[in-house]
Amino acid sequence: MSTILSVEDLKVDIPLAGGVLHAVRGIDFDLKRGETLCIVGESGSGKSLTSLAIMGLLPKMAQCRAAKLEFSGIDLSKAKNRQMRSLRGDRMSMIFQEPMTSLNPAYTIGDQLAEALLLHRKVGKKAAEARAVELLEKVGITAAASRLGQYPHQLSGGLRQRVMIAMALMGEPELIIADEPTTALDVTIQAQILRLLVDLQREMNMAMILITHDLGVVARVADKVAIMYAGEVVEAGKSADVFNAPQHPYTRGLLRCIPVPGKTKPGEHLGSIPGIVPSLIGETQGCAFRGRCDVAIGSCAHDIPRRVSESGHMYRCVHEGGQPAANAIQSEGRP
Amino acid sequence: MAKTIETVEAALSGPTPGQVLRGRIFGHRGLMLGGIVLLVIFVVAILAPLIAPHDPYAQNIMARMQPPVWHDRGTWDHPLGTDHLGRDYLSRLLYGARISLLIGGFAALISGLIGTFMGVAAGYFGGKIDNIVTFVINVRLAMPVVLVALAIVAVFGGSLEVVILVLGFLLWDRFAVVMRSSTQQLRSMEYVNAARAIGCSTRRIIFSEIMPNILNNLIVVVTLEMAHAILLEAALSFLGLGVQPPTPSWGLMVSEGKKMLLFEPWLITIPGIALFVLVLAINLMGDGLRDVSAPENRN
Amino acid sequence: MVFTLKRLGLALLVALAVSMLSFTLLHLSGDPASAIAGEGATDVDIAAIRAYYGFDRPLIVQYADWLFKALRGDFGESYYFQLPVAQLIGDRLSITMTLGVCGISFALLTAVPLGVAAAVRPNSLIDRVALFISVMGQAMPSFWFGLVLVVIFSIKFQLLPPSGTKSWENFIMPTVVLGYYAMPAIMRLTRAGMLDVLSADYVRTARAKGAGEMRVMFKHALRNAIIPVVSLSAVQMGFMLGGSIVVESIFALHGAGYLAWESIGRNDLPTVQALILIFSLFYIVFTFLSDLLNAWLDPRMRVG
Repeated sequence: MSTILSVEDLKVDIPLAGGVLHAVRGIDFDLKRGETLCIVGESGSGKSLTSLAIMGLLPKMAQCRAAKLEFSGIDLSKAKNRQMRSLRGDRMSMIFQEPMTSLNPAYTIGDQLAEALLLHRKVGKKAAEARAVELLEKVGITAAASRLGQYPHQLSGGLRQRVMIAMALMGEPELIIADEPTTALDVTIQAQILRLLVDLQREMNMAMILITHDLGVVARVADKVAIMYAGEVVEAGKSADVFNAPQHPYTRGLLRCIPVPGKTKPGEHLGSIPGIVPSLIGETQGCAFRGRCDVAIGSCAHDIPRRVSESGHMYRCVHEGGQPAANAIQSEGRP
Repeated sequence: MAKTIETVEAALSGPTPGQVLRGRIFGHRGLMLGGIVLLVIFVVAILAPLIAPHDPYAQNIMARMQPPVWHDRGTWDHPLGTDHLGRDYLSRLLYGARISLLIGGFAALISGLIGTFMGVAAGYFGGKIDNIVTFVINVRLAMPVVLVALAIVAVFGGSLEVVILVLGFLLWDRFAVVMRSSTQQLRSMEYVNAARAIGCSTRRIIFSEIMPNILNNLIVVVTLEMAHAILLEAALSFLGLGVQPPTPSWGLMVSEGKKMLLFEPWLITIPGIALFVLVLAINLMGDGLRDVSAPENRN
Repeated sequence: MVFTLKRLGLALLVALAVSMLSFTLLHLSGDPASAIAGEGATDVDIAAIRAYYGFDRPLIVQYADWLFKALRGDFGESYYFQLPVAQLIGDRLSITMTLGVCGISFALLTAVPLGVAAAVRPNSLIDRVALFISVMGQAMPSFWFGLVLVVIFSIKFQLLPPSGTKSWENFIMPTVVLGYYAMPAIMRLTRAGMLDVLSADYVRTARAKGAGEMRVMFKHALRNAIIPVVSLSAVQMGFMLGGSIVVESIFALHGAGYLAWESIGRNDLPTVQALILIFSLFYIVFTFLSDLLNAWLDPRMRVG
């Protein structure tokens, strides 16, 4: 399997009135065909901006730089608008968080699905509509042919997200990015949509980036996991490694927040991480998590080592294994 | 530690809402500019008898159509020249500000009362009352304002009072539309429900819960309708069916200058610019007030 | 269908109310008979005129009489011209209609592109220019703007005729004056609508599909942003026809507005009465049509 997407030292800056917001501060990952990478983080951790940067859909004011941003041999950081356009919707697609507002209210489902193909292939309207029906059936919509003439407002949120998925798949993309695709849906629908997405990803052998803040989802579908905090990947690695042996204090904190069936007793307190994400305006020194960390020490304010194990399990923490040696806290104290 | 507490306190206390609002008002260029110009015109209108160099009605056949001072033949005795009856143009212009402001102010007051009453009633009570008010608004919108106003003024005679009343009774539509939708929005707010739940009277809810919260929208509409009324009065007077001569209405001055268009274009330029500046100042203030009262709705 | 019929019924009811109101207002005011008779008429003459025109009947009877005749297209006879009002207005309406269509076209053709351009680049030079033009337009009295144009283009440079209806050149300045009156509101609404729509999720979806900027702008964004503009344009068109009275009087275009102005001065009640009804019918028809057009543009508004 060849690497289809590789990202090195990706940075996204947004100039604001009060200074430059460093929203994404140098992240790296790579992805092979058929792999699923889950990016996990709180709101504002930079996960959505990362995906928009890959798609070339960042808002105009945002500035994006990367040591490497390569999609199947194409340097995206140098690609012209025209080339990005020909990739988008064809070889790489994106599914957004808000199915209720992501479809154009003025056009039929059929028009919008067909457009995704007509923009990239020299096919007739008929052929595009046939492909649309095929994909609507694939995403589990009944009476697909009769749906083509319907407008978005006639469909429920779950159906609309299925349509969005079908639209993203029209061009048989090699990479699909799903930005919290189930957050806006009812809990009962969430699992169905996620299942569908994962099945299709395997069936069509796509690379998938799934952005979420739901660690339960990650454990079930991810090959690789990247935990983002304040614009940085603080821990990344194979899904099994990260879940079985979380190294970064933030990851451990996140995992404590998930109830485990059978282990968590009813009424027992779930974990929570006190404090708030620091402002990313201006330069950030040291570990951004230190203000909320149980095990922070004075040197957390300086350069943080990037520790990588042999299996590729990476984390950034001053402590080996994310835990201080037994006497470290007393000797150094909290900053 | 102590330092941290200080910063937290500073962050918590911050500027008061009043300070924020004041900051926004003085920071808004359009609002300040419009406000200052309007204030100047207002002061000039009040002080017209003191600062006008001549009697605006005094005719002088010997000094007809003298050009303004910046022309070759102009003199400082009549800085803006004289009209076709030899009346001092500057004095007429200063007195004309009174007419425009009077008409703008009173027409906005009357239409504001009518429109706000109808709009709030429709928005608050809904149902049948809302249907009736909506219908009345539609009827009013379908009436060609200029035509109806002209016809009525023609019937009752063109005095200042008649023009004010006619405009006041014609221009309430925007008040009614805006107040209706603002009230509807507030009606569904939690705190209005809460007030009703603790047994406040309808009157109390309308005056102490609804009115204060639609006041900023009301002020914006007041400025819009003032400008509208001033322009309409000028148009009516221009057509000869508004305020009657020899009243120094700016619209009338343009109309009288129109006969001398070929030779003395400044006769229409001067009152026209006066109208333009006044309406522009009011509009700038209205736009500014909208920005300041609801910055989140800007654009 | 039910929606359309209901809307139509309401529109007719509005027209009826407008006619009733204006009829009452005009007839309450003094004695039309003595106005027709003119100065120096004897009481006997006035009484004869009163009986001839039926002014001695109760107002409601007069109104019903007028309404039923009006429904058959008979608006009575002009006191001044001694001609059927319907014929009088029919002759003049085409000028006003031409002016209205030219005016709204001018307004739309300038306002929509400017509004879109301003929204695409907020706070840019073009945005500022657009804002400046609209602020100017809102504050400038249209009769004065018309006169200024006459001074510049007819007197100073002698490019355009100042008055009359001889050729298409006569319509240029009136079109600009009338169109500029409607333009600021349309421009502002287009700009605000586009700004709103350009940050909508479905515009991002269109970009994610690989649609080009032009396609995103016009097919996906403008189509949605234009919906409220349609309603506003219909309203403005109605206002413009009503306001054409000012423009027609400046440029001496002998259309329906000019006729209205003259007739008011001459106390020619049947003509004024008919013109008020016709202008309000225009407004009602335009807003009705814009509702239908909106239902076609916005699938969410199609009921049933």
